[in-house]
Amino acid sequence: MSPGRTEAAPHLEPADDSVALAKRLRLHTLRMVYRSKSSHVGSCLSVADILAVLYKDFLNLRPDEPGWVKRDRLVVSKGHAAAAVYAVLAERGFFPIDRLSRYGENGQSLSGHVTHKNNPGVEVSTGSLGHGLSIAAGFALAARRLSSGARAVAVLSDGECDEGSVWEAALFAAHHGLSNLVAVVDYNKIQSFGTVADVLALEPFADKWRAFRWAVHEIDGHDHTALRQALAAAGHAEAPTAIIAHTVKGKGVSFMEDRLLWHYRSPSRDEFEAAVAELEGAA
Amino acid sequence: MRNAFISALLQAAEADDRVWLINGDLGYSVLEPFAERFPERYLNAGVAEQNMIGVAAGLALSGFKPFVYSIANFPTQRCLEQIRVDVCYHAAPVTVVAVGGGFAYGSHGYTHHAIEDLAVMRALPGLRVAAPADPVETAACVHAFVRDPGPSYLRLGRGGEPVLHAAPLRESPGRPIRLREGDAVALIGTGSILGEVLAAAELLAQTGIAARVLSLPYLKPFDAPALLDAFAGVRLVATVEEHSLIGGLRDLVAPLLAARRDRPPLIGYGVRDGASMDVILDQVAMRRHCGIDAAGLAAGIRTALERLDAGADPFDADGDRA
Repeated sequence: MSPGRTEAAPHLEPADDSVALAKRLRLHTLRMVYRSKSSHVGSCLSVADILAVLYKDFLNLRPDEPGWVKRDRLVVSKGHAAAAVYAVLAERGFFPIDRLSRYGENGQSLSGHVTHKNNPGVEVSTGSLGHGLSIAAGFALAARRLSSGARAVAVLSDGECDEGSVWEAALFAAHHGLSNLVAVVDYNKIQSFGTVADVLALEPFADKWRAFRWAVHEIDGHDHTALRQALAAAGHAEAPTAIIAHTVKGKGVSFMEDRLLWHYRSPSRDEFEAAVAELEGAA
Repeated sequence: MRNAFISALLQAAEADDRVWLINGDLGYSVLEPFAERFPERYLNAGVAEQNMIGVAAGLALSGFKPFVYSIANFPTQRCLEQIRVDVCYHAAPVTVVAVGGGFAYGSHGYTHHAIEDLAVMRALPGLRVAAPADPVETAACVHAFVRDPGPSYLRLGRGGEPVLHAAPLRESPGRPIRLREGDAVALIGTGSILGEVLAAAELLAQTGIAARVLSLPYLKPFDAPALLDAFAGVRLVATVEEHSLIGGLRDLVAPLLAARRDRPPLIGYGVRDGASMDVILDQVAMRRHCGIDAAGLAAGIRTALERLDAGADPFDADGDRA
């Protein structure tokens, strides 16, 4: 049975806090990607709300004690969303926010794909797709054996679900009834070289997870209340939980939204300024 | 050897409650004692090696010491990237165990021949690599990996390998173990092929050639000065492995010798790149096919020494042995 979440309840914050955090994550991400001339801004913007809700309202963590044994484990399996991951860790207090300003530079610790080396709060290095759900399943199994009450969450991309290993992990987690495991899929419908529908269609996607015997919630991945509710529902069945979070690639910057280009393109100065203005103007 | 493995692991698990055993739906009639004794630390992960390694990494990063067991190439090459990233990059204390090193599965065919595993595993940073030769070395490796946990690879034979060591091992991991003294040639082997190496030394002795025999169960890390010391005074060094000549024991020894001013010549015996795999043979015959059985080794060494006596290079420099 799922570990009780009563101890996490006091951490719940008003809804506008996670929304404000998500906005800051988007702004950090834009600056990081712009300064370092790197890619994957669209992937970071699509997952920002998911990370904000997880870190603000769900994960039981101690930023001043990153190795705390009973902590929840988050594996961001879509390691190319590194800028957003580092931003949320800095905002959550795992390391100073000014570290973000050197993202991608020589000699600092923040790489273009998530690394745990010298970055407190990162559980697992990712960047090769299809690894994270298995590791999270191992975390969930260990927590159960240790009766630590910890939960494990894996954030996956949609394109990542092309990997067979994801479905190996899906079989495994359900077989072992890992009710303390949650997979959140950032379903932004665009993968590396085209739309998911065109490259390797996943639909009926939620049905696939159901058929693998997961408890499935299909929600708007930018709706913080819906994210909170789906996460809160996790663990009440003898099954792992899959949250299919429908998102928009590049969410929050109108000219980046739903465009493959922004999987790769780094914004020009004009584009950066326009994007920041739009995000800062947003509620 | 697999029974020695499970006995040692049971012993280790009694003393250390962090030891787990995970398998990829293989190990029938071998692993049951562990499953019965420690059901909470035993897992059959199914025929899904990538997930198996990832799960083991998650367990290891939570404080456990999983041993992950399967046949030949399945727990290594099928899930190589999970070992590289999830295990090695995180320094996760997972031991990958492959049963059936070399041609142990013989006539089961090419899919079950593990003859590139040492090359691939040696290339992974931070991964310790061991290929014990007999049940005694196997137990020593298991205990060493539990005592000093870290990413590790353990290559076993199959079953029925004879005991080659008279007593439990005292050597530290990484040092060569001397099994026979001799000054004409040093034969060094890794893994269960050591039995053929000892038999070859016996054949050579019958024709008056004194062969020193060394076993190197740990290919990584290894003690380079101790290895060079072990070759002192011989006219010829021969490495013997049931593995491709690329990336295994020969390629471990060669750069050590190449950097020395006064050094004996080196011959590598193993599976030549491009050796015909169009044959269905048991392990004994497969070794003969590749020239790494006792008779083949003895004949090759004899010829090499004769050529040295005649002032020639020990073997034709036509890449034949490469």
